Amino acid sequence: MADIEDARVEDAGIDQAVDKLEPARIEAVIRRVLGAGCGARLKVYLQTCVHCGLCADACHTYLSRDRDPDFAPVAKVKETIWEMVKRQGRVSPEFIKKCARIAYTECGACRRCSMYCPFGIDIAYLIMLVRRICALLGVVPVYLQDTVNSHAATSNQMWVQPDDWIDTLIWQEEDAADELEGVRIPLDREGADIMYSVIAPEPKILAQLIANMAVIMKVAGVDWTMPSLDGWDNSNMAMYSGDFEVMGRVERLHWERALQLKVKRVVMGECGHAYRGAVYDGPKWLGWSKPPIPMVHAVEFYYELLREGRIKIARKIKEPVTVQDPCNIVRGRGLHHKLRYIINELCEDFRDVSPRFEHNYCCAAGGGVINCGPPWKLSRLKSNRVKAEQLAATDAHLVVTPCHNCHSGIEDIIGYYGLGMHVTFINELLVKCMDRGDGSGEVER
Amino acid sequence: MELLVTVCAWLGLGVLLLGVTGRLLWAWRAARIEGSVLPVMSARYGLRSLVHWLLPLSTRNQRLHPVVTLVSYLFHLCLLLAPLLVAGHVELWRQRWGFGWPTLPDPVIDVMTLVVMVAVLFFLLRRLAAPEVRNVTGWKEYLLLMVVVAPFVTGIIAHLHLLDYRLVMVLHIVSGTLWLVLIPFSWLSHMFWFFFTRSYMGSEFGAVRNARDW
Repeated sequence: MADIEDARVEDAGIDQAVDKLEPARIEAVIRRVLGAGCGARLKVYLQTCVHCGLCADACHTYLSRDRDPDFAPVAKVKETIWEMVKRQGRVSPEFIKKCARIAYTECGACRRCSMYCPFGIDIAYLIMLVRRICALLGVVPVYLQDTVNSHAATSNQMWVQPDDWIDTLIWQEEDAADELEGVRIPLDREGADIMYSVIAPEPKILAQLIANMAVIMKVAGVDWTMPSLDGWDNSNMAMYSGDFEVMGRVERLHWERALQLKVKRVVMGECGHAYRGAVYDGPKWLGWSKPPIPMVHAVEFYYELLREGRIKIARKIKEPVTVQDPCNIVRGRGLHHKLRYIINELCEDFRDVSPRFEHNYCCAAGGGVINCGPPWKLSRLKSNRVKAEQLAATDAHLVVTPCHNCHSGIEDIIGYYGLGMHVTFINELLVKCMDRGDGSGEVER
Repeated sequence: MELLVTVCAWLGLGVLLLGVTGRLLWAWRAARIEGSVLPVMSARYGLRSLVHWLLPLSTRNQRLHPVVTLVSYLFHLCLLLAPLLVAGHVELWRQRWGFGWPTLPDPVIDVMTLVVMVAVLFFLLRRLAAPEVRNVTGWKEYLLLMVVVAPFVTGIIAHLHLLDYRLVMVLHIVSGTLWLVLIPFSWLSHMFWFFFTRSYMGSEFGAVRNARDW
């Protein structure tokens, strides 16, 4: 049985939209989405699935909710897209409401299940099709839709206004210069080696991370720049709501800004879904085989700086540390070994998780789930007991989370399950541990 | 009886061949329309994934379910080999086309048939007992299990002359034909789709995302 508390959650974005739905419109939208554009994969997947249930053990919601069969990936597909196909789109508004709950809040599109399905069926892709249908019907959790509206209106995720953006960068430049002499945040410098892009929560609520990056760039002697105009935000919640038109616009603007600045590479901050949007889903929607300029995730970038000796470590973190492997850069980019190299460089007592690497459990926050906001928070926390148990088993004090969704999601889990740990970005550890060449950077935790 | 064998063999193998070919051609065309499938396909990473998923206990999920894995392997092996290597079938083929191929001794085929029957019983019990499987099991799943095991049950009964031989043979031929005919039109089609879905996922994980999928 699905959790009765989840079924009772009130979400204006879903409930009010469902009230206005008419069966004819539902049918038309479903038929359009499931038509020619997704024929091959959808139909082959539906024909191939032997209903063996072997995907169940992949899913953190299933494992966390006492192996309730309704939370197995195959059950989520059965309850949503199987029915849509079987009934040729003739489903009720109530049915769409259930689909929205399952697709947006009980699946984070982490794609772990496609590694457990013997046939490699991309179950997350099927769930994304459900989200696409819900989005076209206007049935989207209200908090998630708000981020999409922000993307559409401001091209960033958090309603950051153009003057706020520049103001924040100048403020962070001043802060960083207090820490290390001569630090700059060069704006719009054409032809720089690197354009650094961040996600909107950084200027909005975690501005210190930008100052930290400025210090790191200065110490490593990197020729870099940040854009002063729209396109600076690499995040993309429209990708997860199913509003692919807005997703495409956001990604196009981000890449156009980078091309305009004639940079050689784009380095992005510690975020997972932004990597997926910028490198895979965005270009695919735009009809590009790959991004026009190489995109380097912060983990790859730090790895490079440490390997090449451009940053030297003055002191290591002593307390026990563990890690959260973010789905979109581990299953999505294979950065797990580089991530561990960095952590071992920075920390004396690294305690790895199990299962790890591609088999990591999702944080249950990514894939737009945390963006569904407060109404769904309890559901999200109940859906990741397995992660809490995995972290608790390491006895670490600090969890390295090189992804914003993981960072917030793990922080919530730590609080809810009373793990007594803290989360940290690599960025924060790096500025504490690195040799700044001026005798500082010797702060011991 | 001879007429029944001829008709059913043509019907079963014909529908199987045409059905599978039709499905593959359709998928090829649909994949070209979809646009994002074919550019991802990579021989190296597709094969890498297939090899891992075809070797027993080489993936994490197989290790999490050792009994299911073992039973599945033995089941599929016996299911595919027994009908191809049983002397009776090869003899029929030789009479019609004038050539044949080596066969396995009947006692070995008997054991393989038993393996298939026990495995189907195991799958049936698993569908009934495991909540995550029962939840997605309907009449089609039970029916297909019966269709799959029927030619083996009737085959061994006929071989051991336990019941009316002619009746059992008719049932054997008809159920075997049904089995072949249903392959392209039910989830028995995982038999051929497996190679495509698995290698697509292997390609996407390996060539695009630089990660492993097992």
